Amino acid sequence: MDEFLQKLYDTFIYDDRWKYLTNGLKTTLIITFFAVLLGMVLGFLVAFVRSTHDKTGKLKVLNFFAKIYLTVIRGTPVMVQLLIIYYVIFASVRIDKIVVGVLAFGINSGAYVAEIVRSGIMSIDPGQFEAGASLGLNYPRTMLYIIMPQAFKNILPALANECIVLLKETSVAGYIALEDLTKGGDIIRSVTYEAFLPLIAVALIYLILVVGLSSLVAKLERRLKKSDRG
Amino acid sequence: MIEVNELRKSFNGTEILKGITTNIEKNEKVVIIGPSGSGKSTFLRCLNRLEQPTSGTITFEGVDITNAPEKQLYKVREKMGMVFQHFHLFPHLTIQKNLTLAPVKLGLMTKDEADEKANEMLNKVGLAHKSHDYPSQLSGGQKQRIAIARSLVMNPDVILFDEPTSALDPEMVGEVLRIMKQLAEEGMTMIVVTHEMGFAREVASRVLFMEDGLIEEENEPNEFFTSPKSPRLQSFLSKVL
Repeated sequence: MDEFLQKLYDTFIYDDRWKYLTNGLKTTLIITFFAVLLGMVLGFLVAFVRSTHDKTGKLKVLNFFAKIYLTVIRGTPVMVQLLIIYYVIFASVRIDKIVVGVLAFGINSGAYVAEIVRSGIMSIDPGQFEAGASLGLNYPRTMLYIIMPQAFKNILPALANECIVLLKETSVAGYIALEDLTKGGDIIRSVTYEAFLPLIAVALIYLILVVGLSSLVAKLERRLKKSDRG
Repeated sequence: MIEVNELRKSFNGTEILKGITTNIEKNEKVVIIGPSGSGKSTFLRCLNRLEQPTSGTITFEGVDITNAPEKQLYKVREKMGMVFQHFHLFPHLTIQKNLTLAPVKLGLMTKDEADEKANEMLNKVGLAHKSHDYPSQLSGGQKQRIAIARSLVMNPDVILFDEPTSALDPEMVGEVLRIMKQLAEEGMTMIVVTHEMGFAREVASRVLFMEDGLIEEENEPNEFFTSPKSPRLQSFLSKVL
């Protein structure tokens, strides 16, 4: 028992080592938050381009680039993308690693968000587009006022899940020496030679965050269902 | 008001409309009947270019809209209301908002003007008390009356009805037809695709019989129903009357 308490002390208390975890958590949350924002903006734009092209045949060039973006991002591991952005694209630029993290995870998430949003748009009855058109609303207006609000409601749970996935995915940020939550735990492990406690602590923090967010999503879904019944 | 000349429409190589030519004058109530697959709905949907014609021309109020640029097309659609078989109300908006969305967002009316106009039209279709409900809370007949009110708010010059009562339970058909009849009496120009022969007989100024992508026969309703000339119309009427 004494030995365990000693390990606890060494892992978290001595030398303020708990700060590796709290600072790491802060970094993780910052990256996740801004990456989610970036991902949503990118995702909605790409989805708009893709579905406009599918429905009207316009935006051919943009659609071409959107398709390449989706294929490349969804076809390669996020960790490789992170490494390329840091060591290749920003190789000769001094830049805050957090910004690199936000860019990498945001660009990655955008591709998945785009497909979620597109599926949401596709799920709306084509009659809604026609009703908008027959009232003189052009495609962008119909999209904005009629299709998107309905699609958004349908995809909200999927979008929220994407945020949760993104939160966990940022754990590879340590590969560019970003001191996120995972890296924080790993630093403690490397100085104390004690793996169990710091890694379990890291896992627990992720778990609490994810379970908390998931229950929020579930609540959201229940509320949305309610309004469906009118 | 609407001049259609040699209108053709093909889907993936199958010709649905095979050269339709007709003129629709202001205040006319044109009812189009015919067997399913004869191209009635496609014809109607070509008039406001929900379907792009393959060839031929459509002229609306003197303007050729067959290949009109989008901006002009949307202007035309403001003046050409459409009522669909499946209503297509906007489920995420209240009835009031369903009516006011287009005129407000298009800058045709202020919000207050649109609200006033919407109330007037809701009264007309007898559903003023539903203005704060959502479409899912209405019956089919009520939904279709709202859809008619929605097109009326735009002050259209003509309304296209695409089988407006085909998706309704039988006991709700009457309430929708009554509204349509009232509109007709007020002088609205209407083009109606329907299977309601009673409505055609009573309200139409002219009935078109479409068969296999062509107008097989057209006449004023009395003549049309009592002494049909083409054998195909005779056989069609013997089945539906």
